[in-house]
Amino acid sequence: MSFLDVLYFIIPSAIFYAAPLILVAIGGVFSEKSGVVNIGLEGLMVIGAFVGILFNLLYADTFGAATPWISLIAAMVAALLLSLLHAVASISFRADQVVSGVAINLLAVALSLYLVKRIFDKGQTDFITERFARYNVPFLSDIPVIGPLFFTSVYNTSFFAIGVAFVAWFVIYKTPFGLRLRAVGEHPMAADTMGVNVARMRYIAVMISGALAGIGGAIYAQTITNDFGHATINGQGFMALAAMIFGKWHPLGAMGAALFFGFAQSLSIVGSSIPIIQEIPNVFLLILPYVLTIFALAGFIGRANAPLANGKPYIKGQR
Amino acid sequence: MSNRVTNLLVPIISVILGLLVGAVIMLVSGYNPLEGYAALWNGIFGDMYTIGETIRQITPYLLAGLAVAFAFRSGLFNIGVEGQLIVGWFAAAYVGVAVELPKIIHLPLAIIAAAVAGALWGFVPGLLKAKFHVHEVIITIMMNYIALHVTNALIRTVSDGGDRTENIFASASLRSEFLENLTEFSRLHLGIVLALVMVGVMWFILEKTTLGFELKAVGFNKNASQYAGMNVNKNIILAMVISGAFAGMAGAMEALGTFEYVSSKGGFTGIGFDGIAVALLGMNTPLGVIFGATLFGSLKYGALNMPNAAGIPIEIVEIVIAVIIFFVASGYIIRLLLLRASAKKKEAK
Repeated sequence: MSFLDVLYFIIPSAIFYAAPLILVAIGGVFSEKSGVVNIGLEGLMVIGAFVGILFNLLYADTFGAATPWISLIAAMVAALLLSLLHAVASISFRADQVVSGVAINLLAVALSLYLVKRIFDKGQTDFITERFARYNVPFLSDIPVIGPLFFTSVYNTSFFAIGVAFVAWFVIYKTPFGLRLRAVGEHPMAADTMGVNVARMRYIAVMISGALAGIGGAIYAQTITNDFGHATINGQGFMALAAMIFGKWHPLGAMGAALFFGFAQSLSIVGSSIPIIQEIPNVFLLILPYVLTIFALAGFIGRANAPLANGKPYIKGQR
Repeated sequence: MSNRVTNLLVPIISVILGLLVGAVIMLVSGYNPLEGYAALWNGIFGDMYTIGETIRQITPYLLAGLAVAFAFRSGLFNIGVEGQLIVGWFAAAYVGVAVELPKIIHLPLAIIAAAVAGALWGFVPGLLKAKFHVHEVIITIMMNYIALHVTNALIRTVSDGGDRTENIFASASLRSEFLENLTEFSRLHLGIVLALVMVGVMWFILEKTTLGFELKAVGFNKNASQYAGMNVNKNIILAMVISGAFAGMAGAMEALGTFEYVSSKGGFTGIGFDGIAVALLGMNTPLGVIFGATLFGSLKYGALNMPNAAGIPIEIVEIVIAVIIFFVASGYIIRLLLLRASAKKKEAK
């Protein structure tokens, strides 16, 4: 197997694994830029995956090939509603945001498994029939090297995820809304003085993070697992959280980190069929993303600064 | 209403609200909540066997709760109890399998191995927090996954490619014939004694030693502690190490008492995460941890009876636990409502 063949093998699968991570990590960026820590990403992804699969199974006959996309919308709405719970707790009720996030994670897994057992009378759902289809992009897939790397047997969801990352960058850094969002996360009192409604901005940010995490979860379930059970998401939300930090709370950085983690994940799965990587014990590939995140945080890859007011409830009139 | 009373009322109200939400969910999804909670009750107190198993379930919850609470008191949020528990579980089982020694040496050695493994796993985030000011929450989450994958790989190596180790030697086991006979041969083991002793140890460290005073001071205000001449960095690392040791011992309970082996895992045990709930409900005090561990351990074990006796998925109890955490975390709003209620009473007078 030549080096290029190896690349043709790994890169598409890396992008494939990265797509959900990108979306969820971008969701995390929105929430944390506004000053709300969102450990609940994992739970929001779980709800997204569950509702996505459920909707797909129930309405596959009605919507045909469009079902996966419409399922994404259903998943988005469900996760958005769950994220409201986190928003109310951490913004209005001044709860410890990490604890509230932990509660969201527990609740999401328990609630979706409870419903799975209620509806299907077993531990996991059936497999979906309508899935996202792989296809070759016309013309572009004929380009040598780049074609097979990026445009052959791809999912539309991957392009969607990368597009969202760029849109998020534009919204956060180039619009008045983004400026207010960042201001609320850095110095809420100053923003409040300038007439920005801190609570409203934070609610919107958390809801965006919920929506994106829901879509990410549904994409993961509808491209990778194709059913829903207790181990469907299994830490992908925390991986996205790591990508967000590794990307230094920047949408494009988060995208890059998510792509890299996707690469690491696909290595640990497809690596057994690649000569050089076969030699490395699987466990090193499995822990690679986590170890790298720890190194990144310890400052070996440049200092990463969280938004200043991240994790602190804003109490009007308090110095 | 005094502060003390409100502090006690918040967890109690949260538990009641959690059970209410659980009842509503059962009702809406077409189950009978009374039947469900009756099954839960019988699953906890049905006979001597279930009581024995319930206490067995409470044992690791006590230690996991202590681990989270101890870190909280020093101003640290140790989400890594899960990972520290997993490495402790492996270390204890490994010592239990690898050598055969007289019980008086073997059992303590296995427990200490678990505590040391957990402490090491807590040392890393402690060090990074102290030296590089990295938030311990993220590091401990990452350490959880590393623990999961590394122990799985180690188990495969130790068992020559299998997915569980041999049973530990009897000389390292916590099981006791007396407790088994008492509870109709449940898996209740001596670990509960150790766990309760550790509750006392935590109380002693926090309330009766200089170290405990410093740890609490750092938890209240780092800058003030620094100004008073305390070594803040040392205290942060120590808090994480002690917390990790408690968590490691929780793993030893599973390795030496409940299962007597360690098997590779597809996901987390959940005990470490529930430890957060235990500590929060117990307001991070040693006595409160006993209360929290008893409640959550009982709920968790009792839930196993619900599918058989009432046809309700066990996840309903997880939902109840999540809702309880949610309300305890949102204590501010409960306090506010209590305050308003008591103010109105005063006006009426």
